[in-house]
Amino acid sequence: MDDLDQLEAQSIFILREAYRKLKPLAMLWSLGKDSNVMIWLARKAFLGRVPFPVMHVDTGKKFPEMYKFRDEYTKKWDLELLLGDCPPVEDIDPTLPPAARSAARKTAGLAAMIDKYKLAGVIAGIRRDEQATRAKERVFSPRGSGHKWDVRNQPPEFWDQYATPHEAGMHVRVHPLLSWREIDIWRYIERENIPLVDLYFAKDGKRYRSLGDQDITSPVESNAVTVAEVIAELETSRTSERAGRAMDHESEDAFERLRVAGYL
Amino acid sequence: MSTTIPAPQEAATPIVIVGHVDHGKSTLIGRLLYDTDSLPEGRVAQIIESSKKRGLTIEWSFLLDSLQIERDQGVTVDSTRIPFRLGDRQFVIVDAPGHRQFLRNMITGAADAEAAVLVIDANEGAQEQTRRHAMLLRLIGIRHVIVLMNKVDILDYDQHKIETAEREVTELLRQLEIEPTVFVPASAREGDNIASRSDKMAWYKGPTLTEALAQVPAPSSRADLPLRLPVQDVYRFDTKRVVVGRIERGRIRVGDEVVVGTHGARARIATIESWHTAPQVAAIAGQSVAVTLEPDVIPDRGDFLFPASDAPLRAARIRTRLFWLRQEPLRVGESFRLRLATAEHQVTVAAIDSVVRLEDLTEHPAEEVPPEGFAEITLAVSETMLFDPFLPGTADGRGVLVDRNQQIVGGAPLVGVAESVAGRNAIHPTGSTVSLWDRAQARGHRGGVFWMTGLPGAGKSTLARAAENRLFARGVDVSVLDGDTLRAGLCSDLGFSDADRRENVRRAAAVARILAESGQVVIVALISPTIADRELARQIVGDGFYEIFIDTPQATCEQRDPKGLYAAARAGKIAGFTGIDAPYEAPATPALRLETAQRGSDETATQLATFIGDAIRIDGAAGRARS
Repeated sequence: MDDLDQLEAQSIFILREAYRKLKPLAMLWSLGKDSNVMIWLARKAFLGRVPFPVMHVDTGKKFPEMYKFRDEYTKKWDLELLLGDCPPVEDIDPTLPPAARSAARKTAGLAAMIDKYKLAGVIAGIRRDEQATRAKERVFSPRGSGHKWDVRNQPPEFWDQYATPHEAGMHVRVHPLLSWREIDIWRYIERENIPLVDLYFAKDGKRYRSLGDQDITSPVESNAVTVAEVIAELETSRTSERAGRAMDHESEDAFERLRVAGYL
Repeated sequence: MSTTIPAPQEAATPIVIVGHVDHGKSTLIGRLLYDTDSLPEGRVAQIIESSKKRGLTIEWSFLLDSLQIERDQGVTVDSTRIPFRLGDRQFVIVDAPGHRQFLRNMITGAADAEAAVLVIDANEGAQEQTRRHAMLLRLIGIRHVIVLMNKVDILDYDQHKIETAEREVTELLRQLEIEPTVFVPASAREGDNIASRSDKMAWYKGPTLTEALAQVPAPSSRADLPLRLPVQDVYRFDTKRVVVGRIERGRIRVGDEVVVGTHGARARIATIESWHTAPQVAAIAGQSVAVTLEPDVIPDRGDFLFPASDAPLRAARIRTRLFWLRQEPLRVGESFRLRLATAEHQVTVAAIDSVVRLEDLTEHPAEEVPPEGFAEITLAVSETMLFDPFLPGTADGRGVLVDRNQQIVGGAPLVGVAESVAGRNAIHPTGSTVSLWDRAQARGHRGGVFWMTGLPGAGKSTLARAAENRLFARGVDVSVLDGDTLRAGLCSDLGFSDADRRENVRRAAAVARILAESGQVVIVALISPTIADRELARQIVGDGFYEIFIDTPQATCEQRDPKGLYAAARAGKIAGFTGIDAPYEAPATPALRLETAQRGSDETATQLATFIGDAIRIDGAAGRARS
């Protein structure tokens, strides 16, 4: 088994644990590269199908290419798609910096979907290497009522034994990609030939490395037009994947505040 | 256009760095990252700059500190998992920052590490955390231990002094059956023997730290051990029944015969199912597989599939090592779920065989396992279970204990079958299989113990009965244990000596716990005059204990004197009466304080009933506030 085999086997194990232990369960689908890999892994775990719904929390501000991709692959992959919308920015905590405030709409939209479908488990494609607060996550991350994340009092998690909810109003965020790095995702995309929105590939000397909303994501300089070229670029790059995400840079704690409140 | 297909890579080898505070972990990690060129651009210049400001040449530990603080710049290199590369080989340093809940965080990060670097200040030698960490390394099964004797520059690189310090550490580790792979005398600050050989220790012929890391064996495949495939789930997709799970040891091949779990049915692996891969006929340890069986027997989650020729052990009493993660002690009689791979078993602590004293790592008999302590215990299982003795890196011998709130409270590497004990001290309590949560849902509220303390005549029993009435009217399953009722029956053999009072509290708390675990709301009205007594009660009850202080001035109590006891005590007819010639220690931070002097008893009783009502609500809010 090489490193990708090992990551794949571990993610499949996690997805099967979630499916067995958390009902009802749904998977977030942001339409980005990580969540496409996640759906792919689910199809591996469940032999070609995704036996729970996928959720798109729609800010209404995604790129047109993303909406087109969503509609196409919902059909192609035979997904049960749940759509949720987000409250207007005026309804969000005005003390947050602007981009974080905009991003927090998604938290509110997600919370509403979790409540609506009374979800016990939400599978999300975050990775440890993306951002420092994500690095502190558990694979099964219990959230109290109000969806708050208590970063200072997380349950112990070892030997692949995970916490499950034990009270009404709780749910668990499940993170099957936590141990993957950005380059692993791309190498796996290449190996498995997983389709992506083509915004990830360079046009006019720029490409998107991470896809968020149109108004808070910017492209990076790049000439990589194939998956192999993206991999080659990442092998030499030392800049952050989320360098193009505005809210990560607004203030020291903006992202942490978002995440404690339930953001991904 | 480049179209290179990246070569398959070995997975990164996780390394945990442990050691006593201030023995140089951060400096070492900083130095290692620098020496292996693993740092983002500009970082070193920053460190030199901030070191200069403080009048230092260069302080490597700033590197790690700044990684934690300046988190969002450059590549995210969080302190919990730091990747670095030596030649072709990838490593991940698992760091467990933060002293609060250190044990919990360290275990969470390090339980799957392949090797450890134990950092010891060569001047100070092994300290408390050195022993604690070494103990953990042994229990989680990390056998490849590199000891870094740090700060040897302070010993002037003196061979004799360094070797003396080494001998002490060797002795310590020998007690733990850990044989260090290598001792590296080093100075992380100066860079001696980290990535380059020190010319100040010509006498040292062993490897540098990076050389020692390069020799750490790659994660072993476990593929050559006898098969253990714990069933994770059984799917019925279309018309096929598929058994899924991850192979923990050994290998499977289509056509192999396996035994299925405790019921012992035999079946053949008919197919290995997969999606989007070439058809498989074999799989090895580490792979998550899906198989069909012939005949189509239906295993349960938790059943091991294993070869008939090499079965696991089977027992109902198991000797177990334990690292205990709760902040409260563990006592005989407590019940848990033991999770072992995908299986869950109901277990009870039948005996505490020995507890490790951390000062000298010796084992001693004890009544309880202290908070975050280490011990060897015997678990009684509600039915026989299959297991293998703990072997590092495999899941079929390493259990975790889970409490009734689904929290992991301890790690339990299984040692072997315990001899059954027939003596009169052997107890075999059985644990309930009905969870607290199930009970709470059935009743519409959770259980709890509301422990009312206050002076004689403060109004405890009156208030308890009034609140009982109000709660009962709302459908709450509630009962009251008050001092006189207890002393009339359960505690009629007790007097009023300090020891007897304490025993009175202990019995009341034990009964209250049993009732609360059955889902009831228990209001205890007991003077319980000392802080120590009430702390005992809190420990016995555990979660869901609320201290309520009935704060009535003594003058008021004495004026009320409903039972004429103050008068009798004043007259010298009762000795040791609380408030007269025995002390009353008021709680400093009760969960609720009720002042009965100013307010009417009706209002106070309503206040109490409201507090209890909020605390036992099952929508979760109150429950989490106290956890």
